[in-house]
Amino acid sequence: MTSEQSLAGRRIPLVDYLVLEGEPHLVAHECVTCAARYFDRRNACASCEQAEFRVVDVPTEGELRAFTIVSFAAPGVPVPFVAGVVDCGGTTVRGNVVNVPPDPEHVRLGMKLRLTTTSLGTDAAGVEAIGYGFEPAA
Amino acid sequence: MAENVWILGIHMTKFGKHPTLDPVDLGVEAIRGALADAGLRMRDVGVLAAGNLMGRGGSFGQQLQKQTGQTGIPVFNVANACATGATALRVAVMAIRAGETEVGLAVGAEKLSGAGLLAGGAREAEGDTWAPKGRFGAVAALDGRVGTETMPGVFAQIGMEYGHRYGGTSFELFARISEKNHAHSTLNPLAAYQKRFTLGQIMNDVMIAYPNTRPMCSANCDGAAAAVVVSEAKLRTLSLEQQRRAVKVSASVLTSDPWQEACQVLPDVNTLTRVAAEQAYEQAGIGPEDLDLVELHDCFATAELVHYDNLKLCPQGGAVDFFNSGATWRDGTTPVNVSGGLESKGHPIAATGIANVWEVATHLRGEAGDRQIAGARVGLAHVIGLGSACGVHILEKAAV
Ligand SMILES: [Zn+2]
Repeated sequence: MTSEQSLAGRRIPLVDYLVLEGEPHLVAHECVTCAARYFDRRNACASCEQAEFRVVDVPTEGELRAFTIVSFAAPGVPVPFVAGVVDCGGTTVRGNVVNVPPDPEHVRLGMKLRLTTTSLGTDAAGVEAIGYGFEPAA
Repeated sequence: MAENVWILGIHMTKFGKHPTLDPVDLGVEAIRGALADAGLRMRDVGVLAAGNLMGRGGSFGQQLQKQTGQTGIPVFNVANACATGATALRVAVMAIRAGETEVGLAVGAEKLSGAGLLAGGAREAEGDTWAPKGRFGAVAALDGRVGTETMPGVFAQIGMEYGHRYGGTSFELFARISEKNHAHSTLNPLAAYQKRFTLGQIMNDVMIAYPNTRPMCSANCDGAAAAVVVSEAKLRTLSLEQQRRAVKVSASVLTSDPWQEACQVLPDVNTLTRVAAEQAYEQAGIGPEDLDLVELHDCFATAELVHYDNLKLCPQGGAVDFFNSGATWRDGTTPVNVSGGLESKGHPIAATGIANVWEVATHLRGEAGDRQIAGARVGLAHVIGLGSACGVHILEKAAV
């Protein structure tokens, strides 16, 4: 069995804060001292300067706090798409709003959303990359 | 209390396309203009702070010295995103306040014509193997997949977030802010664009990132600005005419983001601007109600709205009503961006934070020609560089 065959059918998340096992969800690094949450690799907490974090699950449902419909982007980025900021039970998350027509009649501030996953395609070894977005919850 | 600092000379080049000039040419034009305006020479200057964000950061000041006068003074090459010019000015002011020199020179120059969309960057061809990289362990570019990194999109969300919090915003409201600034620009011969647009033209123009259409975005262009600042003691040794035209730097403030929940998810341009404004009003002993004009960082129409609030020109949450009252038109109670703002005057990044000071100073001197705000005595200039850095300067007309 070659290594390519062993990888085929495997999935990898677009970002390391997307967990695919079980019900897909996002995780954050939460500061043990002040509870500030971050999605990137951390050296220390920007709020309280302490350096101890724990991994916490982020709710998969939220409310759209801000959005834009990007019609003009860098070469290679498909447009239009809806970029948004979603309040997931008190944790603010950046993500695209998907499975909704990209126009201001269908995308509304305050709309209820839930996490969903999207495929980015497979690489030469057959590994599928999985991204995330938020879709209307109702 | 440190000594007062005064703007003795200040100059802004025409903003627009300068195909035959490089950043050094533009910076030199601004420096020589500011020195001539001040009635001083390079050999009188004790410190130079210079900014050119898109290229020559490492030694831009020295390159300017080679064309204007190599006098051996310390050079500070500064970079602070769109607040680079204000940062240069801040450095020169600090040097004087610290008593290290009596005369400082700040300059910012940029070549940005035809630069296209800033930030986000072209999506590189992706490899044939998904491999996690960077602080998010990302296997592919995130711009367009996890929100947007384009400036029009980021600032669109900032305006929309304000609307979500306080209500009252709409595509049309943001477009009317742009309509105002383009109308103002028709009186500014140094603006890159001096074209009035109807509301319909603005709303029907090319959509960049809803709700920002093309005329609602800052204009990429070439330009430079420079300022000569002096100590109060130095000013009092100069001619009465120089003292009469000098403009007092009543506040010079630079802030970065204090940590706020979610500020690393969507940039928070509000908190650091509010903090800068509070510090500036305190330093100047002046309140927002005293301002005769304001030049604020309308990199996008959506940004102008939130800064009415951040600069405390209106009660918190009241920016929409404030704009709808007509207050920020040039005949209103608090004229904002009578230069045309970044949307029409243009935004040559490193020049912007000195160019807006030039605009305010020119009104305080009573030299703004057709667009003069009559009797202007106090003004405020604001810039923000995403990341973030915020510069606020409050200027006052000389009493002599
Ligand atoms: Zn902490």
